[in-house]
Amino acid sequence: MMIWFGAGLLVLIAATGTAVVRTRDVTNQVLALGFYGLLLALMFFIFQAPDVALSQITVGAVALPLMVMLAIARMRFRDRARSAAQASRSTEGRND
Amino acid sequence: MTERARNSLFFIAGAVLLFLYAYSALNMPPWGSYRGPYGDAIARVAVYERHATDIVNAINYDYRGFDTLGEEFILFTAVLGVSMLLRKEEGALKRPAGRLEDDRGLSAAVRAVNLPALLVTTVFGLYIGVHGQLTPGGGFQAGVILATGAVLVYVCENTGAFCRITSHAIVEVTEAFGAGGYAIIGIAPLLAGLPFLCNFIPLGTTGDVFSSGTIALISACVGVEVTASFLLVVYIYLQEIITGAFPEEE
Repeated sequence: MMIWFGAGLLVLIAATGTAVVRTRDVTNQVLALGFYGLLLALMFFIFQAPDVALSQITVGAVALPLMVMLAIARMRFRDRARSAAQASRSTEGRND
Repeated sequence: MTERARNSLFFIAGAVLLFLYAYSALNMPPWGSYRGPYGDAIARVAVYERHATDIVNAINYDYRGFDTLGEEFILFTAVLGVSMLLRKEEGALKRPAGRLEDDRGLSAAVRAVNLPALLVTTVFGLYIGVHGQLTPGGGFQAGVILATGAVLVYVCENTGAFCRITSHAIVEVTEAFGAGGYAIIGIAPLLAGLPFLCNFIPLGTTGDVFSSGTIALISACVGVEVTASFLLVVYIYLQEIITGAFPEEE
């Protein structure tokens, strides 16, 4: 019973991993990556490594997606700030 | 490489992997069997020697404590690298770009959910941290969970609120103390003529929160270090949004 559950889980992980690679939009990809991390944590738990499972939850499902999201937010902020600065310069007609 | 070539390469690799997976799955040792002598030996002596019931953490912070010291400094160095790469270049910094509206909090519903979530996260993080030597968990996991609490504040308030609870200097000093604390615990026995990272604290009662000597202490140090370094990285990423300033192109 357990061995079939483990095998099914491994197949599901392979499918999710493929989905992460095949997702094109970065924001969606981060969500898929978090889900993939959770599945990996479940796998570690099934294979009797609760310590590693806990580390995997914190790193794979929380820390890594968070870092990627922050990097995206930072880049988007910079883009918006640049275009806002340009717009205000052109409307006020001064060039300092 | 075209989409078609890439896909066919993937499917060939996938077919090979499927074959190897099926082959190895059919030849694996039976479920739950373990043939390594080292794990059995450690599992037998760890509770007696170190009064720690979580053998994984007994290995991490004692039997292989020297490795973990290196790993902790990997994290420290990684955070150092991030903060150097993303540091504010004072000279190149240009006009505050007019603050993008980030000062309004989110809806009352988000706050109502987030406040209990914040409490649960903090308590759970502390629990995982102080019970590292008894149950799965320990300083590393606790650190990430506690840092997530601060990120919840950011989610339900704004970058300003996050900035107030992660004052840059304090977090940096805390991180240094956490990383240095591990090394100091390692060096302290040397002064008494004992080996590096040797336990020098009473072991206490097995199953107690204050048991297992240096394991619990090192776990706490790692927890402080990980919490601070995560807050630091998040702060560095958000810094530009907090100040509203950004470096000019060229």
